[in-house]
Amino acid sequence: MKKLVIAGREFGSRLFLGTGKFSSNQMMEEAIVASGSEMVTVAMKRIRMDEEHDPMLEHIPVNRVHLLPNTSGVRTAEEAVFAARLAREAFGTNWLKLEIHPDPRYLLPDPIETLKATEILAREGFVILPYIPADPVLCKRLEEAGASAVMPLGAPIGSNRGLLTRDFLNIIIEQSNVPVIVDAGIGAPSHAAEAMELGADAVLVNTAVAIAGDPVAMAKAFRMAVESGRMAFEAGMPRQEAEAVASSPLTAFLNV
Amino acid sequence: MKFTEKIDQYDWSEISERIASKTTGDVELALRKTKLDADDFLALISEAAEPFLEQMAAKSRIYTQQRFGKTIQMYIPMYLTNACTNHCVYCGFNHNNPIKRVVLTEEEIVREAEAIQKLGDFHHILLVTGESPKHAGVEYLKNAIRIAKRYFSNISIEVQPLEQHEYEELIAEGLNGVYVYQETYHKERYGIYHPAGKKRDFNYRLDTFERLGRAGIRKMGLGVLIGLEDWRTDAAMMAHHLRHLQKKYWRTRYSISFPRIRPHEGEGFKPNVVMSDRQLAQVIFAFRLFDHDVEIALSTRESPDMRNNLCTLGVTSMSAGSKTEPGGYVTYPQALEQWVMADDRTPQEIELAIKKAGYEAIWKDWDAIMN
Repeated sequence: MKKLVIAGREFGSRLFLGTGKFSSNQMMEEAIVASGSEMVTVAMKRIRMDEEHDPMLEHIPVNRVHLLPNTSGVRTAEEAVFAARLAREAFGTNWLKLEIHPDPRYLLPDPIETLKATEILAREGFVILPYIPADPVLCKRLEEAGASAVMPLGAPIGSNRGLLTRDFLNIIIEQSNVPVIVDAGIGAPSHAAEAMELGADAVLVNTAVAIAGDPVAMAKAFRMAVESGRMAFEAGMPRQEAEAVASSPLTAFLNV
Repeated sequence: MKFTEKIDQYDWSEISERIASKTTGDVELALRKTKLDADDFLALISEAAEPFLEQMAAKSRIYTQQRFGKTIQMYIPMYLTNACTNHCVYCGFNHNNPIKRVVLTEEEIVREAEAIQKLGDFHHILLVTGESPKHAGVEYLKNAIRIAKRYFSNISIEVQPLEQHEYEELIAEGLNGVYVYQETYHKERYGIYHPAGKKRDFNYRLDTFERLGRAGIRKMGLGVLIGLEDWRTDAAMMAHHLRHLQKKYWRTRYSISFPRIRPHEGEGFKPNVVMSDRQLAQVIFAFRLFDHDVEIALSTRESPDMRNNLCTLGVTSMSAGSKTEPGGYVTYPQALEQWVMADDRTPQEIELAIKKAGYEAIWKDWDAIMN
């Protein structure tokens, strides 16, 4: 399998894991290990940035994974920019998952504020991975603004509904010059495999693992699904035909 | 349009009758849907839904886990004063009750904050006052928030209703959430329970949520006091109110709760209606099925047994170690409480019980830098 490269950094795994919603920090740690993920997102608001110890961070195996702080909770570009600058200091990384969802019900990202914040943060040298609606034009605009990857949603966060935005994801993947990471809505390993078969560069999963009956086994299942989906994509997926292809081609008469 | 203008569309007795007329079939239909309308909600809080409690619990758990994970947000109240100009007939802080009134000084707030930090790993605090602008007005609250900010990362208040510009000033100081209980949506009977004081004005109180929405508050908490009027009708009215607010102030998060009247100081107010444990569970499940995203709080008013069980079935936040008197943590221990606690376990005991239920107690889920 080809390595995933984002902003010059290589990743052996194409599965990103979120760290919220787990029944314990211990469980989260075991799931991270089982997933084989090399990139985990952490909500800044959960972290005790001015205290010596953080019970959650202590359970993230930082020797295996990169930490990707996210700005979940902010509602505007202005708030996001402020939070990002502090995250850079607190976490010692200029990588950022930019999440601006002013709508607290479906947690749908605000494309306008996200673009604004990306323009500002890119100039300040951040490696920005924005969480966004599956809008192909927005993805191109973010790319131009300096985003290092795009993270379009498959379905609303936590909905487990799979790739409801499939047709738009196809266009985004086709057009993108930066890695496309399908984020949100992936509720089953088959959804993750499907995203990888479409040609997504990676997927981010959280709820489906965190609230599974056995999160560790589910993390492993996602690992395998992401690997097999990617392997299939690289092997060259056979094109799906809308209609059956006649075994006697319509042009056979021309060969006579 | 404000909800005070809309509320007349919802005739109290008509809604009561509609709830009473719900059938087993209506409940089954509501249980088959993933998106419930107001009428489905009425079915789920009706008597006809009582035999379906188990199915409602199962669905409520699934929706809550999807949205909130296997977690419970922890918070603790700090009462700043019991001074109050209102005459709420059911409340220990009633202006007429001959109890000692205190207003915490800056030094006392600091001492209380430090005592709370020794008590548990609290990062989310709820500052509570009676309703006495003379003793605890906007300037006092601003100062209290400034002090609280040094110790806590998420600050909410439960105080007298304020004006929009006053909320804006408090938000600028770092306020995250505001809880205002309408107590009952029965406009005609509201006055019986609130015979004097500013709280008497039903519409001013109900308009508070609009003022909060316009001020851009991050979270608002709604609640009805169980024991005044028919709880099913009050729950239905609150569901309409919630939907109204969500559509209008869509950037705000919402939290609901259903405090049941507890024993308190003063002349005994006998609740007009009693909600059983099963019925409290029913209304929580019904709200979760109606709204997958609303936060549901369950305070120390409820017993350890109820809290241990409901924490995995729909509830999303719980208080622990609470004292409901000003200065109760260290300054004036056990003297002036608003009501009597049902769950007096320590925060550590409660965290352990949550863990035993297979859930994680979350102490910090906000950072002041995000304000």
